[in-house]
Amino acid sequence: MAVATLFFCFLALLLAGYVVLDGYDLGTGILHLRLAKNDAERQEVLATIGPLWDGNEVFLIAAGGTLFFAFPALYAASFSGFYLPLMIVLWLLMIRGVSVEVRSHVPAPQWRDFFDVAFSLSSLLLAFVLGVALGNVVRGVPVGADRVFLLPLWTNLLTGPQPGILDWYTMLVGATAVVAIAEHGALWVALRAAGPVRERAREVIRPLWRAALVLTVAMSAASFAVQPRLVQAMAAGPWRLAFPVAGALASLAVPVLVRRGRAGLAFAAWSLFLSLLLATAAFGLYPWVLPSSLDPALSLTIDEVKAADASLRIGATWWPVGVGLAIVYTGYVHWRFAAPSSSPAP
Amino acid sequence: MVDVLLLHRLHFGFTITFHYLFPQLTMGLAILIAALEVASYLRRDDRLHRAARFWAKVFAVNFVLGVVTGIPMEFQFGTNWAEFSRIAGGVVGQTLALESVFAFFLESTFLGLYLYGGERIGRRGTVIAALLVFAGSWISGFFIVATNAFMQHPVGYRVGPGGVLVMTSLREVLSNPWLRWQYPHVMSGAVLTGAFAVAGVGAFYLLGGRHLEQARIFVRTGVVAGALASVLQIFPTGDSQGRMLAEHQPVALAALEGLFESGPGAPLAIVGQPDMLARRLDNPLLIPYALSFLTYRRWMAEVKGLDAFPPDEWPTNVPLVYYAYHVMVGLGTFFIAIMLVAVWLLARGRLERSKPMLWTLMLAVPFPYIANTAGWFAAEGGRQPWVVYGLLRTGDAASRQVSGGNALFTLLGFMGMYALLSLVFLFLVGRDIAHGPEPEQASGVDGR
Repeated sequence: MAVATLFFCFLALLLAGYVVLDGYDLGTGILHLRLAKNDAERQEVLATIGPLWDGNEVFLIAAGGTLFFAFPALYAASFSGFYLPLMIVLWLLMIRGVSVEVRSHVPAPQWRDFFDVAFSLSSLLLAFVLGVALGNVVRGVPVGADRVFLLPLWTNLLTGPQPGILDWYTMLVGATAVVAIAEHGALWVALRAAGPVRERAREVIRPLWRAALVLTVAMSAASFAVQPRLVQAMAAGPWRLAFPVAGALASLAVPVLVRRGRAGLAFAAWSLFLSLLLATAAFGLYPWVLPSSLDPALSLTIDEVKAADASLRIGATWWPVGVGLAIVYTGYVHWRFAAPSSSPAP
Repeated sequence: MVDVLLLHRLHFGFTITFHYLFPQLTMGLAILIAALEVASYLRRDDRLHRAARFWAKVFAVNFVLGVVTGIPMEFQFGTNWAEFSRIAGGVVGQTLALESVFAFFLESTFLGLYLYGGERIGRRGTVIAALLVFAGSWISGFFIVATNAFMQHPVGYRVGPGGVLVMTSLREVLSNPWLRWQYPHVMSGAVLTGAFAVAGVGAFYLLGGRHLEQARIFVRTGVVAGALASVLQIFPTGDSQGRMLAEHQPVALAALEGLFESGPGAPLAIVGQPDMLARRLDNPLLIPYALSFLTYRRWMAEVKGLDAFPPDEWPTNVPLVYYAYHVMVGLGTFFIAIMLVAVWLLARGRLERSKPMLWTLMLAVPFPYIANTAGWFAAEGGRQPWVVYGLLRTGDAASRQVSGGNALFTLLGFMGMYALLSLVFLFLVGRDIAHGPEPEQASGVDGR
């Protein structure tokens, strides 16, 4: 296997790790005000993600770094082309990170209400924007012969050769992301919290699951319509069908597992569903990495954007070690904080 | 009309300057907190542990600000400096990815354990977590400085097809001779910020007659660490950095020193204002022959001035780097003086009663921030007009299709956001300091 393809898989792995891990704390944020009815309950909800969210977010940073060195031309073209939306992502990440960390420092209810609402809103908007970003990558961007592009936030809300960041399709993907991530958060809180908070989380699992599936079906149909490349890829390499089929099975397992009281397995199944959704998109486009909305022949391909093989081979010596360690740390800290604390932390 | 390049430079300059206010304290406090925890564990002295926990509260707020202002740095290479990313990404992308993979995961995981772990991990676990947070933050600093060292003095690469830089040896990149002195210099600068903060808050309590037991620990820890770091800052790390500059970036050295004319027995300018039209220093206060001696260890050595180079190779803003450098060196000299006197008083057991010294320590807290910032201005401004020295000019590095209007919009957005973040930070840390290191009542699950 070419070393660039290896890094394509590495990148997909990090992004899936990001969606699964930061996904549950984003989802917890989206549902925060719905699940917790008073300050003690809010602290309880936040305590399920308190020591974990920051490490989860590092998967995004690591994915950014991996994209930077393995596919510098893609990193350069896409980050500058998505200039404004990325800046909005950064501002949302800031508001969210600060809100979750500082809200408990001051007992005043106004302070806590403000940062609770800021945390919840920024979580929701982030899930939406990340979905929109994925939608943009699948739909394609107006990358032309000069190999760069700059997308406006919106044009006429239609897909086409000169779309905006926001169009009906990317907003559909964004909405799907919000609901799917909220479901992920509900499964997480049901797994990690106790008492009334847990009960409320269990109550929203079912309706969110239904909404997520309806949206996912609509979004998948739209994706095939908007990006014919996905259909061609599935036809050319039917092994790619394994991702959506397995994803569908994983999502169908969730209500069964919830009913049997297997909260951990239900969370794992939904994690698998989210990862496979991402894998469907990634391997549906490969070897394209960013389709062109102007002309399919102008799409950015992995061969065009990859770093020199010499650089990549150096990267391949340390990357698996570093990410392996990161997975060990992540597993350790999740295990350490698995049981509810018997007394307040210092 | 302000030109687009300047806006991109201001964008990066503003966000990195604001960002680095936080990591310098993170790295400085991380080593002091780890030292306090280790000492507390070995001597079974719970007071030191409580001192560490107090600073961990400040650390935690500071760390979050460092994280949320740090993410934009990695993104901005792509958003605003796409050509730089495309050309140099094969090398600098790798050092940045190394940072996230080997440092950030370590740091965030064990900070979570250190802050929230409590009885889950026990006393020994607390010490280990503190040490790993320290390791994570210092490894992070290493990869960032390694990235910068490559930009200052590229090694371990070749120029590939289309002019892109290809990494040929990670070992060479990570053992860059530039990095060998820049890294300890940056780190001891961070220790200075941490040490002055710890000593300054201790002095504040002693002057107010509050929290005396903890205040003594703070002052002692801060002064000892500060004395060591302030000396290391100038010698050998700063001195060696200067000689590295003379060897590899002589034009930057000339600009930093305000040396317009080449010649043997070059003087060292203590003060003076660069007059760029007349190409001389106004109102100079010079130490004859000193620059030659400091640079080459020979009084009559020839030092190249700005006149030895064509003006388009001069740093783009000579007065800026000249002043930044002089502010840094001037403050560094004061730090040595303050800390050595403080250590002497401490050794004689008189520090606690010396009001002038306690006032000095308390008021000195902001100055290491200024010195660290000025040092980076000198290093980064001195490297201009290059973004990767000798290989890629800053003017060729920005994103081609991002307009000035877009860059200005987001620059203003960052300014507004950072103004608000500053208020939150100062309010929270001020509150923690006003409250002091009393035994905490449990403030809920979040615990801090």
